[in-house]
Amino acid sequence: MRRLFYLLPLVGFLALVAVFKWGLNHDPRLLPSMLIDRPVPEMSLAPLPGRPAESGLSTADLKGRVSLVNIYGSWCIACVQEHPYLMELKKAGITIHGIDWRDDPVEGAKWLKKHGDPYDRVGADPAPGRAAIDFGVTGAPETFVVDRNGVIRYKHIGPITPEVWKTVLGPIVQELSK
Amino acid sequence: MTRKQRRLYFVVLGVLAVGAAAALVLTALRQDIVFFFSPSEILEAKVPTEGRRIRLGGLVEQGSVVKDGAIVRFRVTDGAHTLPVVYSGLLPDLFREGQGVVTEGKMGPDGEFQAAEVLAKHDENYMPKEVAESLKKTGHWQGESQPAK
Amino acid sequence: MIAEIGHFALILALGVALLQAVVPLWGARRNDPVLMGLAGPASVVQFLLVAVSFAALTHAYVVSDFSVMNVFSNSHTDKPLLYKVSGVWGNHEGSLLLWITILALFGLAVSLFGGNLPPGLKARALAVQAMITVGFLLFILFTSNPFERLDPPPINGQGLNPLLQDPGLAFHPPFLYLGYVGFSMAFSFAIAALIEGRVDAAWARWVRPWTLVAWVFLTCGIVLGSWWAYYELGWGGWWYWDPVENASFMPWLAGTALLHSAVVVEKRDALKSWTIFLAILAFGLSLLGTFLVRSGVITSVHAFASDPTRGVFILGLLVIAIGGSFALYAVRAPSLKTGGLFAPISREGALLLNNVLMATGAGTVLLGTLYPLFADAFDLGKVSVGPPFFNSVFVPLMVPMVLAMAAGPFMSWKRADLMGVLGRLKLVLGLAVVAAGVTWFLEGGTAGPWWAAGGIGLAVWLFLGTLAEWAERVRLFKAPAEALGRARRLPRAAWGMTLAHAGLALFIAGATASSAWKQESVQSQKVGEAVTVAGYTFTLTDVRDVQGPNYVASTGTFEVTRDGKPFATMTPAKRTYKMPPRPTTEAAIVGTFWGDVYAVVGDKDPDGGYVTRLYFNPLVPWMWMGALVMVIGGLVSLSDRRHRVGAPTRARAGAKTQPAKA
Repeated sequence: MRRLFYLLPLVGFLALVAVFKWGLNHDPRLLPSMLIDRPVPEMSLAPLPGRPAESGLSTADLKGRVSLVNIYGSWCIACVQEHPYLMELKKAGITIHGIDWRDDPVEGAKWLKKHGDPYDRVGADPAPGRAAIDFGVTGAPETFVVDRNGVIRYKHIGPITPEVWKTVLGPIVQELSK
Repeated sequence: MTRKQRRLYFVVLGVLAVGAAAALVLTALRQDIVFFFSPSEILEAKVPTEGRRIRLGGLVEQGSVVKDGAIVRFRVTDGAHTLPVVYSGLLPDLFREGQGVVTEGKMGPDGEFQAAEVLAKHDENYMPKEVAESLKKTGHWQGESQPAK
Repeated sequence: MIAEIGHFALILALGVALLQAVVPLWGARRNDPVLMGLAGPASVVQFLLVAVSFAALTHAYVVSDFSVMNVFSNSHTDKPLLYKVSGVWGNHEGSLLLWITILALFGLAVSLFGGNLPPGLKARALAVQAMITVGFLLFILFTSNPFERLDPPPINGQGLNPLLQDPGLAFHPPFLYLGYVGFSMAFSFAIAALIEGRVDAAWARWVRPWTLVAWVFLTCGIVLGSWWAYYELGWGGWWYWDPVENASFMPWLAGTALLHSAVVVEKRDALKSWTIFLAILAFGLSLLGTFLVRSGVITSVHAFASDPTRGVFILGLLVIAIGGSFALYAVRAPSLKTGGLFAPISREGALLLNNVLMATGAGTVLLGTLYPLFADAFDLGKVSVGPPFFNSVFVPLMVPMVLAMAAGPFMSWKRADLMGVLGRLKLVLGLAVVAAGVTWFLEGGTAGPWWAAGGIGLAVWLFLGTLAEWAERVRLFKAPAEALGRARRLPRAAWGMTLAHAGLALFIAGATASSAWKQESVQSQKVGEAVTVAGYTFTLTDVRDVQGPNYVASTGTFEVTRDGKPFATMTPAKRTYKMPPRPTTEAAIVGTFWGDVYAVVGDKDPDGGYVTRLYFNPLVPWMWMGALVMVIGGLVSLSDRRHRVGAPTRARAGAKTQPAKA
């Protein structure tokens, strides 16, 4: 009995650890996105200047296969950081669509010429960025995972790194692609 | 006083302190914690908000900020729904249209959220457009995407 | 090259620390003086290596070597030198290196000043200390290498978060870490004692000064942080119960309890297993704080960018260090011999009451800090737990503690006469009630917050009670002629207690007044317009842009008058830093005896006015003064003869159990 009393700190501590372990996998910073598990908002974005008319992005384009929707802008520094990895993902056969957010579409197109274009389709969403607001975008870069039926399944904030892909986005895409 | 009595004293003292703390905590948890809701949760009336202090989080809608002296009105959106907010006071340094924001306050009878506090959300991981813009202007941004103009 | 030396030194330090963690422990078990003796030199070498590494990183910052990624991400050539140096610990990797440096510094201190420690205890304590170092070195080497290179090196750095470019915050982390890490000493001694299965007065005499050092630093660190929040965040508040603030406050509470319970072990040979528990708890809470701040488990304004890998690593460290200690505790603590008996009403009883309330207080702070996480985990919704929770839980718990705090020192060891003590405090009690009554009357009865009168009454009770105990010790009233001589001969530790308790009384008065009677006015003010707050008239005479070294400040000028007479010229500013481009608010504060006059200037309105916030914060200077007095009390106590002479032999320690009351 007396010995049990001295065990209390250990038991309490281990219970705490269990909650922490859980908490590590949940980022409290995420605003609960109201759009998770809802269909992609209605939109029809114009193509970037100098590109074919059918290369824009509309809601219907997101149906049929699992895709990523990546929010970028020529002004976005962190986007440069994730860009090479997006190129790799494209090579690996992942479908990525881009939204050139709150940007001069001319600059957005130039930027893609310079850094390479990992996108299947790119829609221009110049300021104030109506489509992005409907998506619940809070900054760039951000990436949404959209399933075959055009339903948003996940939202990632910040640049995609190999680590993020391996542990978070990759598994989700794989699961949805089954 | 024997050892046994002393142990009893320990236990009684401990139980008293922990008991008092538990009572205080339980009362406080009922009254003093603040729930976090999005505009959709409030407007779809999924949650009881009447007279309660709550936190409202979302994006500051573009073009919605109207300043009238020290009184500021803006709208907070989560993409699905939008809620008007009124606030009197100095906005935090990082408050911007189109950026994440968390406000704390109560729902007013007229459906306007009366904020007592406004906290701008800011994540170091990514760069708001305004910041990048001013970077370009001051010439500190040495990346290749210098504006052509 | 220098960066590589720094990195290599860390790897060598890991080797030395591994050696130091294993060999002396083994030596102590076999009672082999050579193997035990290895701990001393090992800790010296370990410190030198870590110091080299720290110097290398500092050098990289000072010369702006942007080929080092850490420097690139957190520094800029335009930064003033002070912030280049403080930039070293203004980020996750660098602050971790500072942690390790301080850890090694404490190890060094033990081996230098621990000459008269029993060799077994010293060897074991240093070994435990080295185990902690090993954990943190692995952490930094595997997840957070500050010496990572960038190729090719960028032209300039990304700059330090402007909020950190402030003298208050530049020195806040080192003090805080000196405090956190300082508790590792008490922890190492506690584990060593558990391994030995023996806790005695000599042990307590050794642990107490180290705990006191840590406590003094931690107090400084917390106050610096609070002071910074007060003038830099521009809200006129000084404590927000933010998770990061709580993370530093919880070890402080546990450490304060430990300080007091160690006295009981030292003087009366009682409360041993409790004291060991507190020693583990104080350091455990320090580690927990580190975990919370760095893992992103809890959101906070100050949190470092979150990184799950690091979180998992620290959690692992936490499990091994704290889980392991508590497991050892569960096995060994029941067999610790309990010493002196005492009645509930006695000095020991009062100290125990203080301890229980402090620990419970720390527990409620922990609960409040983690509740959002619990709520999320058990699907109770997304919540935030703010000041109202802590005010209505923590503050009431502290009321009985402060009540007992004035009476405790009057009590004799073993058994005290409560009625007698209260009799001696009659006058103090009367004056405290009068003070509360006067406060109540002055704030207009029910017009002010009801608790304000109570807070002031408590502050008066504690302040006068503490002074009365001092007066009784030096026989100020019974034999005034001898009082000076007696005061001089009073042990420094007694002086320390008097000062620390009186400091807390000042702090309580300041905290109560500033929370209860803060006056504020927020408005849009045009140049030339005047606003009056608490009798001070603020006229905005000018707003202009002023160029700083790496920022532009929009600086307002207020001519402040009181009763028509000029009082001060105040110049608050809103700075916009160039790199990274972020605004900060610089409040202008003029302190008076009765409170701070506080002004903030904000953005320009479309119609040409400026949003200004003007405050009168009553008695805020008393809080800083009170905290300073507490720190001085700690330092005075630290200079006590019995700490300087060091721990006497175990045999002599038992004899010193006479009541300390004169």
